[in-house]
Amino acid sequence: MSSRSLDCHLDSRRRSDPSSGLSPLSPGRREGGWERGAGGVRARRRGIDPIRGFLGIGVLLLLAACAKGHASPPERELRVCADPNNLPFTNRQLEGFENRLADLLARDLHATVRYTWWPQRRGFIRSTLKAGACDVVLGVPSSFEMALPTRPYYRSTYVFIYRKDRGIAVRSFDDPVLRKLRIGVQMIGDDGNNTPPAHALANRGMIGNVVGYTVYGDYSQPNPPARIVEAVAKGDVDVAVVWGPLAGYFAPRQKVPLEIVPVSPQIDMPFLPFVFDISMGVRRGDTKLQAELDGILERRRPEIDALLDRYGVPRT
Amino acid sequence: MRSSKEGSFPSTRSTKKILGLVAGGLALTLAGCQTRTEAQDQKTPKPAAARSAALTGARMASMPAGQDDGQWLMPAKNYASTRYSELGQINARNVRNLKAAWTFSTGNTRGHEAAPLVVGSTMYVVAPFPNYLYALDLNNPGSTRWVYKPEVDSSAQGVACCDHVNRGAAYANGRIFYNTLDGQAVAVDAETGQEVWRTALGNINKGESITMAPLVVKDKVLVGNSGGEFGVRGWLTALDAETGEIAWKAFSTGPDKDVLIGPGFRPFYAKERGRDLGVSSWPPGAWKTGGGTVWGWISYDPALNLIYYGTGNPGPWNPDQRPGDNKWTCGIFARDADTGEARWFYQISPHDHYDYDAINENVLLDLDIRGQRRKVLVRPERNGYVYVLDRGTGEVLSATPFAYVTVSTGVDLKTGRMREVEAKKTGVGKVVREICPAAPGAKDWQPSAFSPRTGLLYMPHNNLCMDFEGVEANYIAGTPFVGANVLMYAGPGGHRGEFTAWDPVAGQARWKIKERFPAWSGALVTAGDVVFYGTMDGWFKAVHAVTGQELWKFKVGSGIIGQPVTYRGPDGKQYVAILSGVGGWAGAIVAGDLDGRDGTGALGFMNAMKDLPQHTTKGGMLYVFALP
Repeated sequence: MSSRSLDCHLDSRRRSDPSSGLSPLSPGRREGGWERGAGGVRARRRGIDPIRGFLGIGVLLLLAACAKGHASPPERELRVCADPNNLPFTNRQLEGFENRLADLLARDLHATVRYTWWPQRRGFIRSTLKAGACDVVLGVPSSFEMALPTRPYYRSTYVFIYRKDRGIAVRSFDDPVLRKLRIGVQMIGDDGNNTPPAHALANRGMIGNVVGYTVYGDYSQPNPPARIVEAVAKGDVDVAVVWGPLAGYFAPRQKVPLEIVPVSPQIDMPFLPFVFDISMGVRRGDTKLQAELDGILERRRPEIDALLDRYGVPRT
Repeated sequence: MRSSKEGSFPSTRSTKKILGLVAGGLALTLAGCQTRTEAQDQKTPKPAAARSAALTGARMASMPAGQDDGQWLMPAKNYASTRYSELGQINARNVRNLKAAWTFSTGNTRGHEAAPLVVGSTMYVVAPFPNYLYALDLNNPGSTRWVYKPEVDSSAQGVACCDHVNRGAAYANGRIFYNTLDGQAVAVDAETGQEVWRTALGNINKGESITMAPLVVKDKVLVGNSGGEFGVRGWLTALDAETGEIAWKAFSTGPDKDVLIGPGFRPFYAKERGRDLGVSSWPPGAWKTGGGTVWGWISYDPALNLIYYGTGNPGPWNPDQRPGDNKWTCGIFARDADTGEARWFYQISPHDHYDYDAINENVLLDLDIRGQRRKVLVRPERNGYVYVLDRGTGEVLSATPFAYVTVSTGVDLKTGRMREVEAKKTGVGKVVREICPAAPGAKDWQPSAFSPRTGLLYMPHNNLCMDFEGVEANYIAGTPFVGANVLMYAGPGGHRGEFTAWDPVAGQARWKIKERFPAWSGALVTAGDVVFYGTMDGWFKAVHAVTGQELWKFKVGSGIIGQPVTYRGPDGKQYVAILSGVGGWAGAIVAGDLDGRDGTGALGFMNAMKDLPQHTTKGGMLYVFALP
């Protein structure tokens, strides 16, 4: 770990927190870790999670060390950059599967988790990992060039979702029924970028029946990318094509039963994949941490799979 | 090719011709070419400048025409947006003696694109996010009279595109008006620094930000939004300068009533006529997130009572997902300054393929075109053409390439349509090489200057091409997506920037200066026949307005992407001021500490800027120069 993790600037998270001005994001803003209150920095226990109690003690020990003005060997920190408002991946209440994964890593490393919160948008890697605010982000495509990826720890796919009571069956982008349906897809932006299903539909001439939902959404609302799943449940669109983990988590939480079907084909030749390997990302050059994390991902594979199952992450 | 006998109407030229011109273009014929602007109708320097200022509308409400009071009240200097100062104490003969007089640090390391303002004995400087406004006492150079720190949403920097720039403020009636990155317009008392009003206009949580400098016209403050990348719908709004209340708001997409298109709308070309084109030129509903943001420059013609501004590119869909012309993106609006009603519109890039936002400056001039005095709007455009339009009607009088262009072969002046090159159109998985100009255009936001003394438009611009190849995986909000692997690189000649003196009547360059990096700063020209601009590697330069000869330069602390201004100080001396502080889209590699090994960073711009960190570091600093 870098020496930065040993310093005593315990309010740095707050300074680097871009979302601190956001309003309804987190009721009570319970952090599970420590936060700065009127009486200064204090550890906070959340729920009955024994790990968290352990973390709290660790932080207190660290604080004690800092208070003395010199460092006896402090406990290791696993510094993670994450979006505070993006279930099922992460949120500030530590409810996402990547939050759980961070705990798992920390347990293995005998470290405490320390978050820097930043919306995962354009500039995320630049403002977090590359700016030295953290050492790892917990999800990136395995072919991602802006960070050094670990080995993949899951592979998921885009899926079709639709109401079970809609009386349709959609398996493939080539199903003729698609042309008669209102289809929701997520949009990323211009400059040649977009979600693979958006491209796939346009390539097949489906444009007039396609409804776009920006993946950014309204950041003042909880988990903005989830709006497209809610739109299917409400009947605003007949079917949506959504990244697997998002669908797997939010579909069962709607008031009506939704069908989740992995898209076919897995790749639109020659270039358009719907299936992606997902890794963790460390700073380029940080091969030491990469190797450590690779080891954990290998050793803890059953636990990680069970965790992904609990969150309904479709895997292929 | 550079015959200057008369104001012959230039037809659209081939790229090759222009390149030849670039190679050969120099000063000897310049004397001859001075016959074609109105300024040269009267030969004696002083009245010429004075009269031309009046005729070009280059005057300000607060100041009699031709009487430059030595202040700088809006980024473009005047409503005609000429960035021309009548001050001549610093001139082509003595500018070599120019010395740094004083400096001021903003303590901000993001890109500094703003123009300082000078009102009386105070200078006003807006810094990048979190957008502090500094009032500097010119009687005690460098000392601060007050600092206004707006309440801004700190999440703005997580969602804003393209660094955290601000392009400046405007002064009127004792107030400084400007915008904050998180989408607010503010009015601040120029004397006390007290906030007079603050109006929330954009929703930063939806990706809507504001980076542009407002323009104050009569009793209204005009403001537009940024954020087309996030599916924001573009608008321009007019606020009551007294209260900050919204007087009108004109969207760039959607039904006519939202766009303020009514019976008074008379576009020149048939392609802009029809009901609700802002809806019907899109797939169903796509206009609601269609872009066309208004993040550039506004001009004003008091005689016609029209304002002029451009709209950004369509989004957030890719071109194949938004068939149609995608009105009213990528074009120029003329609107009634009081009501906002549209008078005409000209779409420069229907169905934009290349991110060619049409938000550049509109320079309002009266020029002799084919023997006739015409009230024109000159627009050096991202797509590589200088457009000369009749500003009363929206007719394109000429559209002439000033840079290397491969994606189009010219503009059909009968229909107003661009002749596009099919082979250069992009698509996912499709390899397209040598797309010129690249996405930032032959010229981005960096504003040009026009001298009525030379009849030339001085344009800082880019010489960049790009390749689209293969597919790259990326990740936003936990969602993997694909984009083209975009790489930008220097155009012909191997240099990435140019500074061009352009004759808008002849449609020809008179001279060009090659720059290592994109020329991303604004330009300034004075009655002393000196042109000022800055480079991204940190040289602030003075060149001869007639010949382009370099007369003076000074290495500042950080690369320059700001806008130079000049003013008469309380001591009666002429000063020249510039903000240094590299950043913006082009300079993100330094301001954002991006990794140069990833050429596709900053949407592919990084590849062209890899060596910038060797030439400059970040840090905002104001430099003020004067003769000893």
